Amino acid sequence: MLLAVAVALPALVLAASGGAAPAGGGSITLYNGQHEQTTDSLVTGFEKATGITVNVRSDDEDTLADEIVLEGSHSPADVIYTENSPALEYLQEKGLLAPVDGSTLAQTPSKYNSPQDDWVGISARVSVLIYNPSLITKSELPTHVLQLADPRYKGKLAFAAGETDFQPIVTSVARTYGQAAALKWLEGIKSNAGSHVYPDNETIADEVNRGAAAFGVVNQYYWYRMEAELGSGHIHSKITYFAPRDPGYVLGISGAAVLKSSRNQAAAQKFLAFMVSRQGQEIIAHSISFEYPIADGVKTAAPEAPFDELEPNGITIPELGDGSAAIALLRKAGLL
Amino acid sequence: MTPAAIVEQPTPRATVPRVAARAGLRPWVLVGASTVVAIVLALPLVFLLIEAYGSGLTTVWHLIFRSLTATLLWNTVQLTAVVTVLCAVIGIAAAWFVERTDLPGRRLWGALLVIPLAIPDFVVSFGWASLSTSVAGFRGAVLVMTLAVYPLIYLPVAASFRNADPGQEEAARSLGVGRLKTFWRITLGQARGAILGGCLLVALIMLSEYGAFEILGYQTFTTEIFTEFNIAFNVQAAAALSLVLVALSLLVLTGETAARGRVRVSRAGPLSQRRIPPHRLGHLTVPVLAGFTVFVGLTLGVPIGASVYWMLEGGRALLSGVSLLSALWHTAAYSAPAAVLATVMALPVALLAIRYPGRAHQVLERSTYLVLAMPSLIAFAFSYFSERYVNGFGYQTAPMLVLAYAILFFPLALVAVRASVAQAPVSLEEVARSLGRRQLIVFCRVTLPLLAPGLAAAFCLVFLSAVTELTATLILIPTGVQTLSTQFWAYETNLSYAQAAPFALVIIAIAAVPSYILGRFFDGLPSRAVVAT
Repeated sequence: MLLAVAVALPALVLAASGGAAPAGGGSITLYNGQHEQTTDSLVTGFEKATGITVNVRSDDEDTLADEIVLEGSHSPADVIYTENSPALEYLQEKGLLAPVDGSTLAQTPSKYNSPQDDWVGISARVSVLIYNPSLITKSELPTHVLQLADPRYKGKLAFAAGETDFQPIVTSVARTYGQAAALKWLEGIKSNAGSHVYPDNETIADEVNRGAAAFGVVNQYYWYRMEAELGSGHIHSKITYFAPRDPGYVLGISGAAVLKSSRNQAAAQKFLAFMVSRQGQEIIAHSISFEYPIADGVKTAAPEAPFDELEPNGITIPELGDGSAAIALLRKAGLL
Repeated sequence: MTPAAIVEQPTPRATVPRVAARAGLRPWVLVGASTVVAIVLALPLVFLLIEAYGSGLTTVWHLIFRSLTATLLWNTVQLTAVVTVLCAVIGIAAAWFVERTDLPGRRLWGALLVIPLAIPDFVVSFGWASLSTSVAGFRGAVLVMTLAVYPLIYLPVAASFRNADPGQEEAARSLGVGRLKTFWRITLGQARGAILGGCLLVALIMLSEYGAFEILGYQTFTTEIFTEFNIAFNVQAAAALSLVLVALSLLVLTGETAARGRVRVSRAGPLSQRRIPPHRLGHLTVPVLAGFTVFVGLTLGVPIGASVYWMLEGGRALLSGVSLLSALWHTAAYSAPAAVLATVMALPVALLAIRYPGRAHQVLERSTYLVLAMPSLIAFAFSYFSERYVNGFGYQTAPMLVLAYAILFFPLALVAVRASVAQAPVSLEEVARSLGRRQLIVFCRVTLPLLAPGLAAAFCLVFLSAVTELTATLILIPTGVQTLSTQFWAYETNLSYAQAAPFALVIIAIAAVPSYILGRFFDGLPSRAVVAT
């Protein structure tokens, strides 16, 4: 029996080794660092509109960025789509991105695009506090980001050191208060979080919702998605914002880029164009992404605070940088 | 030949272990094959050293000697110690009841006790964590990991109990040695290699586990290394941290080697292969059955129950993904060849280590266990090696994933094959050779059938492990393809529990097949051994 298996299986592997076969319209490979909820519907819409097949490889945005750096000139990826701007800035600094078509860039406000025109902003997200009202009241919550390190939140705070969504907040705090203060603040957070250190924001949202921890900092869409998935009957948490323009109140930009090494430049540019087109932005506005579309005139259909009523601080994309300073701080604080 | 007929065979002479005993193949064939295997297995380690060296001594020093390291070390070491001991106690007790007593339904229990191995640790973790938020931290990790990995000790120990020479126990008892002492000295003594091998696997897996600990919020070296890989844009740094992990596993390996000593368990010739008279449980039957029922409830009931619960609970199907069938197909198509490959690789190493014991051979065999400590590194090493040195050859292809699985789970295959080799009498091969059979024929006609149970166990162990593997799969899987575990993970990490649940259940369901085969092979052992003569 074993022998038969040994003989038959290499054939099986060969048969199984291929990914999706390219359809008539050609195909591109997308390295997807975005949440699959957001990507799925965009890819489906694009495939329908153009006949171009999209092979999706999903992973953490930083992991994918690293893979691309490693793969260099023979990267299988044509497009990278990330949750936050630092991963794209990192690739931009390495000179791995191709310029984005001007017509694509024109669709979204330039402050949300690559300063070097190497990637385009697709959607926006904003940091919020998620809390469990049975464990902490709204008035007891911090309104100021530095208060996260206040000892009175010991054992109440949930934290995900490895979550890339948190890095922009670290960068913002360091920029406002300096490296030393930011480090002290992170050490306080570490002490407050204690054993409530989780791998990602999904887990923070889930654990707070179930009452394992009182509150944490996530992006707004995690809560809306959780509500969509679990049904409102299973939601025992709420979200609220930091004080207007607080350094913790950060607007992040999710974006996409075409790789310089792509052998399917035209199709890849088409995908970017689709994502910021009216149709693509409407998909984000109406899907379970719950992120904010950023093209002019498209508004989220989700029951969340309207985009133009948000009051985030003014940190810019160049100021958010490639995230390396935030990582260095997290590491110094013993969180990474 | 029926077992009854075997029992009636006259008692044969015992085989005296001989250092110079010849295997079916010449030693240089085994040494050559084993060396090739060792080199393949050492590749990730070489990569690790190159990367750590490349990052500079100062960086490595700073990364290793920081406050976090002490915490991680303590977390990792205390968890590894506690879980290994618990798994040993549970694994030995379960194996003894199933193989050595008249426990009703022992074949069913045997199958049920193996299945947890096929439930990914992160599914077990998720199952418990979704039951109660209090299953977290150290105690949560102890609970989840013990229930998830004890089969690694149960399996080899059960095989050892099953194949052990009953004459020794009978002799001890007839010489007036008490029951408990006989159990301690003879029964456990005969299974010593299997127990230590199992403990070694458990300890190394505790060092390398990632997913379950992330869910439980328990930080160990491996979770930290993974975070480093994913976040820090710095492979060198993660490689440096991995050095500590390798050092830890070297410690574990050395400890196990020291405990194992130079004892080689042997038994009488195959003609003595007969059913061991089972111990009668008597009035203990009901409590033991109750204990087994509760235990299986905890190991299988909780993860399966949680999956069924979430499936019934429903929720909106928010994500699109590959179909169950497509994921199932790819899972099988990657896991089965990996299991064959790992088993084939384990054969020469096991033969060499047992038949030609010597310091060099032992070191060679022991060194292969290191891979268990660095599963994620193997995947990264493959990617990096492919991209840096061979221009992307094999990158993100199925053969690379299969090879990675084979390397990753080679130690599992080795433990199983080794246990079989240790108990296969060399004398049979010598008889065949003395009858003028050629070496290769002796190997194929005598040695392989004698080792069949071990080979089958090896195949099943590796197959089960590959089916449940996640971290290396996520890194190496061809683009556009999902296996059962990666699709489960995609849903699970997005809180789409209702969509994730069917994938967890299918993983568990296909695990029943190799478990069944495992049971069958062990049951078929006596007649096979006799046919081989």
